[in-house]
Amino acid sequence: MGPEMLTSVEHLVPELALLAGSVVILVFALFAPRRWQSGAASIALGVLVGAGLLTVAMLGQPPTLTFFGTYAIDTPALLAKLLILGITAVTVVFSREWFRTDARHGEYYTLLLLSALGAILLAGAADLMELILAAVLSSATGFVLAAYHRQSKASGEAAIKYYLLGALANGAMLYGVAFLFGLAASTSFPALRVGLAAGGAGWVLGIAVALVMLGLAFKMAAVPVHAWMPDVAEGAPAPVAAFLTAAAKVGALVALARFMWILPEAGIAWRPLVAVLAAATMTLGNLAALWQDDVRRMLGWSAVSQTGYGLMALVALGRSELALPALLFFLVAYAVGNMAAFGVVVVLRGLSDRAAYRGLARTRPLLTAALVVSFLSFIGIPPLAGFTAKLALFGAAIDAGYAWLAVLAVANTVVSVAYYARVMGPAFFAPPGERPAILGPWAAVGTGVCAVGVVVIGLAAEPFLRWFQAAVLAS
Amino acid sequence: MLTVTIFVPLLGALIVSLLPNHRERLIRRFALGTALVPLAALVLAWQRFEGTGGFEQVEAVPWIPTLGVGYVVGLDGISLPLAAMTALIFLAALLYPVDLRGRPREYFALFLFLETASLGVFLALDLFLFYVFWDLTLVGMYFLIGGWGHGEAARRSALKFFLYTLAASLAMLLAILGLYLSSDPHTFAMAEIIRQQPLPAAGWLSTLVFIGFALAFLVKAPLVPFHTWLPPAHVDAPAPVSAVLAGVLLKMGIYGFIRILLAMMPKTFERFALPLAILAVVSIVYGALVALAQGNLKRRIAYTSVNHMGYAMLGVAAAGAVLVGHEGARALALTGATVEMVAHGLITGALFLISGSVWTRSETYEIGQFGGLVARAPALTLATAVAAFASLGLPGLAGFVAEFQIFVGTFGVYPWLAAIGLLGILITAALFLQMLQQMFLGSLPERWQAWPELRPAEIAALGGLLVFVVLIGVIPAWLLDVIDSSARALVGP
Repeated sequence: MGPEMLTSVEHLVPELALLAGSVVILVFALFAPRRWQSGAASIALGVLVGAGLLTVAMLGQPPTLTFFGTYAIDTPALLAKLLILGITAVTVVFSREWFRTDARHGEYYTLLLLSALGAILLAGAADLMELILAAVLSSATGFVLAAYHRQSKASGEAAIKYYLLGALANGAMLYGVAFLFGLAASTSFPALRVGLAAGGAGWVLGIAVALVMLGLAFKMAAVPVHAWMPDVAEGAPAPVAAFLTAAAKVGALVALARFMWILPEAGIAWRPLVAVLAAATMTLGNLAALWQDDVRRMLGWSAVSQTGYGLMALVALGRSELALPALLFFLVAYAVGNMAAFGVVVVLRGLSDRAAYRGLARTRPLLTAALVVSFLSFIGIPPLAGFTAKLALFGAAIDAGYAWLAVLAVANTVVSVAYYARVMGPAFFAPPGERPAILGPWAAVGTGVCAVGVVVIGLAAEPFLRWFQAAVLAS
Repeated sequence: MLTVTIFVPLLGALIVSLLPNHRERLIRRFALGTALVPLAALVLAWQRFEGTGGFEQVEAVPWIPTLGVGYVVGLDGISLPLAAMTALIFLAALLYPVDLRGRPREYFALFLFLETASLGVFLALDLFLFYVFWDLTLVGMYFLIGGWGHGEAARRSALKFFLYTLAASLAMLLAILGLYLSSDPHTFAMAEIIRQQPLPAAGWLSTLVFIGFALAFLVKAPLVPFHTWLPPAHVDAPAPVSAVLAGVLLKMGIYGFIRILLAMMPKTFERFALPLAILAVVSIVYGALVALAQGNLKRRIAYTSVNHMGYAMLGVAAAGAVLVGHEGARALALTGATVEMVAHGLITGALFLISGSVWTRSETYEIGQFGGLVARAPALTLATAVAAFASLGLPGLAGFVAEFQIFVGTFGVYPWLAAIGLLGILITAALFLQMLQQMFLGSLPERWQAWPELRPAEIAALGGLLVFVVLIGVIPAWLLDVIDSSARALVGP
């Protein structure tokens, strides 16, 4: 072990903590009696908090590539790490009560931590091999998590669709990586940046980039590999749906930004490519969401459209100073808003029929408030977090010369009001029905914290934006 | 002080939302008490007003300095009367009895929330903050129309209102970003942007930014052909909400033209002044004609709003018609437009409250169903007569002061348009006189023999609004001097 190895290990302490934690939970789940199985949740929560604190301790570091230039330590990676850890922690809080009746669920938390680790590695990967590793780790665990309700057909169906699409996308990415290796004789990002720029334009580069993008598009549920998102949102256990719609997206958006950053603009027109991807994703997600009578499915499609908004920031990367701050702030706003919205579903024991939300404001006023706040934030109503995110995204797109994309995003935002209002309106206006049962106090607290977070982060955007303003992608 | 004005209602809304729903009297009284605070604070602000022509009583705190966003509130001669009118209308609307559907807590909390947002729009001096308040008015209004409006149709109208005005306000958001990105250093502060005048007169960016703003304001005002959301929203909303919608929210459109386009892009405004003036005249005539054809009381009043906002728009367009020259006429037109906003707010607020009184007694808005009500309800008749005569521009009442100044000012700039616009006044006179005659004179139908007179709360609310309609009509100087100080500054030296 050389000295560089040792400093590199220091950089990976949060990731190693997650790995160790998942092993500990696995052993615990093997030997603990059934009535102790939910103890695994407490261990997982402890590990996540610990990893979070270790990450916070690394915040002041200058941006650098570590582990022999394969792993980035920079603001986007650290933020993604914190967000994914936070998302996972909230998921654990939801899951503890959700899986209460499942006699054998200790190892669920192992899978959850490993899936989080995969998403985190995705955000930091500065080497194509590592990118593949991260994508596969995050996907493979995700398939099992989606199928965790072993008796449920919907859960199984979601997992199968997720798996088939994932196998295709991950395989495509592997092909793309092989092409890129052939072009630049390296898999590390700094070497690729030099090698690809020297190679000039060519159809091989175009295909290679498209294939890698396909793999990442799958992780973030962008067109054309988005179809798993609504199925998972509907069929997977509700806490898993909350996790899978958020964690992988955070990791993949940062990963795609990092990947785009090494491409030679002269060799490949990646900017228009991402712009088209963004446009198609937000439009398709919104239009599909319009017809949903299943609230969870609607949230899944809405998550697809949110991916489209997030991609706007990547289009502006390197052209507008607002691009990275917009991306990072969007990730924060989306993660918190998504956990609040799915949290309401979790607290309502996975209630999915739109009609069952009628009159909810009178039977469950606080939950309705959380739902309304998260929806308004998705729409982009100020002063909620989602508004500042959209403002920055629109600003970045206009600044980068993509005003048409901003106009399209505005049109999409107007359309999106219709489907959010289809849930929000009856919940507030309709006469109350039967008071729906709730899952438990902890899930409710978790949801409440996220809903308050949506408001607070919107009002106190300054510290975040000041932090993100100085962000760079390590290279 | 202005911060207190804006946020006391929000604080009240939070407290109200914690009170139990069965304590209706307590909630109502608390909400009314809360709504008195901004009115009192604005009376104080009026006394401290100096009339320098610039922004006064400014309170500024950095909010998101990284993006150039500040929390800046303040006022000038344009916003002070509008804010004061807002506080008065909200007080009257809160006082007005309405069917609360067993949910007083939600109703009053949303109403107070809407008051914060509305006052914020008029007092914000930062484009970001302005947009925040602007959008929040949509949210509050959406839930109020949908929750307490007339049946299932109200929910559709609420959604239509939300979609229309949100689409418009997002166009404004893009325009704000355009203005922001062309300022250097990037800022949302209104005073700084007015100083920088970042956009040239012509060019695609200036044109797009102008159209973005104009679209948002034209929908909000609303002017023909952007008015289609207005009649259903009004007809289906409960009366106090209609009063606020017409009295306060519509003003934000015209106010935006003055505060943002006239002040920040006067050179581009000059290029668009004539089309805007033509649109205004079309709204005047079309709004009046369509109003005349309505048999539904609320629809009729709603369309007179389109007509009246046309007058206000005509005044603003005349004020921005040229950069140099005609200063006296243009300042007069701008002052008239602002008085029109205040007058229309008070008058139409009162008219919509009256329509609410009619509805609670008869459950119909059809003008043809009534007759001879003066025999049973002299106070209702008097209030309606005052409001209707003021609305048609009878001298001695507020509407006349406004329209006189607008037309005198516009004659100096666009004589032909002013002449056509005068037609609108004739038609409005006809439609209001016909309405008064139909509803209050003639023989009293059998079914209204037991028509109850206005209750004290209704008299207090209507009286509070109409006193000012008379006051502005008889001694307008106290209002005109305040507005004039800023109108002169806005049209140039």
